Amino acid sequence: MTSPAPILHEAPVSDLDPFSLAYFDDPFPHMEALREAGPVVRLRRYGCWAVARHAEVHAVLSDWASFCSSRGVGLADFARETPWRPRSMILEADPPEHTRARAILARVLSPAAMKGLRERFAAAADRLVTGLAARGEIDGIADLAEAYPLSVFPDALGMPQEGREHALPYAAVVFNAFGPDNALRREALESSAPHLSWVADACRQEKLAPGGFGAQIHAAADAGEITRTEAELLTRSLFSAGLDTTVNGIGAALYCLGRFPDQYARLRADPALARAAFEEAVRFESPVQTFFRTTARPVRLGGIALEEGEKVLMFLGSANRDPRKWERPDEYDITRRGSGHVGFGNGVHMCVGQLLARLEGEAILQALARRVTAIEITGTPERRHNNTLRGLARLPLRLHAAAA
Amino acid sequence: MPTITFVQPDGTATPVEAVEGESLMQAAINACIDGIVAECGGNCMCATCHVYVDAAGLPAMAEGEDALLDGAAAERRPNSRLACQIPVTPALDGITVDLPDRQL
Repeated sequence: MTSPAPILHEAPVSDLDPFSLAYFDDPFPHMEALREAGPVVRLRRYGCWAVARHAEVHAVLSDWASFCSSRGVGLADFARETPWRPRSMILEADPPEHTRARAILARVLSPAAMKGLRERFAAAADRLVTGLAARGEIDGIADLAEAYPLSVFPDALGMPQEGREHALPYAAVVFNAFGPDNALRREALESSAPHLSWVADACRQEKLAPGGFGAQIHAAADAGEITRTEAELLTRSLFSAGLDTTVNGIGAALYCLGRFPDQYARLRADPALARAAFEEAVRFESPVQTFFRTTARPVRLGGIALEEGEKVLMFLGSANRDPRKWERPDEYDITRRGSGHVGFGNGVHMCVGQLLARLEGEAILQALARRVTAIEITGTPERRHNNTLRGLARLPLRLHAAAA
Repeated sequence: MPTITFVQPDGTATPVEAVEGESLMQAAINACIDGIVAECGGNCMCATCHVYVDAAGLPAMAEGEDALLDGAAAERRPNSRLACQIPVTPALDGITVDLPDRQL
């Protein structure tokens, strides 16, 4: 046996708790401190490594053979403890198992499939925004960031009508569970039972509406590509990852456009910038803030030797604000060429629903650009705390309606 | 360094000195070529780095790229490729890459 981690002292050590409420309320100075400390930092509190610069985050995301997902993408190491729910076939899996599952979701959520949804999604966005613009005073989160995905995604998935109110709380549990054993995670898991049982039932073939994403995944089981249980698990991945993420993405875009009125004016002048404005909000706010990987073998990263079986925490939000990668990283600029941001991840696990997220973001921002002349923040935004997701609970807005 | 010339639909041609090993998409992005969006950052997931290219020495098309091209915004032609799936090699020196009229 070799002695444990002999060169651990080479890496800087931080006492930061990136899962604390204080961190969530103002993470940016802490991100900067981590980036400046070094390419790889030891987080003493959780006994794990952290990467906060774009280069190292990108490197870890891109090397699934060294930094695996099958041992969990939260702090819990599935090699040492049993996952709180049956392991995801896609998020918490490595190639080749992952490749097979991924191919099915990639097909269901392909560019060609998105073309078929575009018109319906745009019409729904226009209806919603027209009504809200007439009202003027709204909560950007409940009335828009939540209302819009709820009006299109459950139907596109083919989610059963009954019990849809479980969908957002279920996703909140999933994303809290990636964190450490803190109050957020404990409370989420304690309240999870009804949401879990609803989702497990709603993923069954007979519960899913014909033609939706869920039915298409089950068609792969009909064709013998995967088993029925696997089809249910893959459908569950869409329930977990397809709703809360876009809610926070659209919420981020509204919050950005409210704080940067010059950027809203540019969007208003050229609604074709809607998709770029959404993309830049995903970079700027990074709705998914962090994910873990586990070293599958000894590996060198940023000059530090990591042992096998160690957790590495990737700060996606920090990579997206790293001045080593981005000019003026703290400016929201809808004309920025943002290709290469890691808000949707990178590599084999990069968000499989990214095209759907962009479709929703683009549709809602285009509708706003056409129907609303200005977005004004009229009260103090309230943050929603989650171990993985960054977003708001409330965003008081005044929409100035364009002349009809 | 291999020279790759990107041609806009209006005929404007921009030669780019590309780095071996990077992709055609990265070469275009680094040179700020308009008409390549690359939303997914080169992961063969979005079809927004669609190009038209005929050249010897191009890698064979994988199944994933083929499927994505069916969903590309602009017309798919026999020489349609995703620029992120083509690594720059010395064999590509001097080639011309035509850009489609739109990526979205």
